[in-house]
Amino acid sequence: MNRKVVTFLILFGLWCIFSGMFDIFHLTLGIISCLIITLVSGDLMFNEEKITKSHIVYGIRFIKYIPWLIYQIILANIHVAYLVLHPKMPIEPFVLEYKAKLKKDISKVVFANSIILTPGTITMDITKDNVFVVHCISRKVAEDLLTGEMEKRVAYIFGETIKN
Amino acid sequence: MIDFDFIINIIVIIIVAIGLFFFFTATIGLLRFPDFYCKLQATGKGDTLGAVLILFGIVIYILKEDFSLSTILVSIKIFFIIFFIFLANPTATHALTKAGLDSGVIPLKKEVFKK
Repeated sequence: MNRKVVTFLILFGLWCIFSGMFDIFHLTLGIISCLIITLVSGDLMFNEEKITKSHIVYGIRFIKYIPWLIYQIILANIHVAYLVLHPKMPIEPFVLEYKAKLKKDISKVVFANSIILTPGTITMDITKDNVFVVHCISRKVAEDLLTGEMEKRVAYIFGETIKN
Repeated sequence: MIDFDFIINIIVIIIVAIGLFFFFTATIGLLRFPDFYCKLQATGKGDTLGAVLILFGIVIYILKEDFSLSTILVSIKIFFIIFFIFLANPTATHALTKAGLDSGVIPLKKEVFKK
């Protein structure tokens, strides 16, 4: 399917949800404004010209990835709560450079956002040669990152192969 | 005899209270941690889960009060807000750390090791 058709359908679905009125007048207004937006900026949402089956596969895999991410976020928050409420505050912050093997832009974005949401790590910078500069709050969380489990999961979502 | 409404109310109260607890720890961390990047560690995570849990509690509450098309639409809108927070909060944290790195804020204990 052409990407403009998909963009129009997504926009119109959002219009229906946000307006909440399903009479002919409001639906016509929605169709007109969604058409104008699709004509002006229909090439912003997707990079590729055609929407193929792989996009749907990526979407489904991404939705399957979310529960694991939420589990990691809860672990992260408990970890931060422990560090904050501990009287001695046992942190030992340091900076780590992690060489990632991901290639696509979208997988780098998902990986960087996932690093921020998981325990004790923040992506500070991504350099041109694919090095993630990560700020870690203690030694233990850095070891979790260096096992590379999260990178494998992100690579699997977007159909990339990473070699060790 | 414990009725259905009561159980749902208790669940909502627990979820919102956990969300408030994470907001609380994030704020304490913002005040206690020693340097710029560690302060962001606390807020970048605590705010995300806190806000998401509170909004999720609100969704359960309005669906319990009145289960109709309008409240379902409202809860879908709240899920969009949750999605936006999920996307925007880590990105904002990253933007702040990157700005700090670019303007030369030195992390507290610099110890770079490569894999």
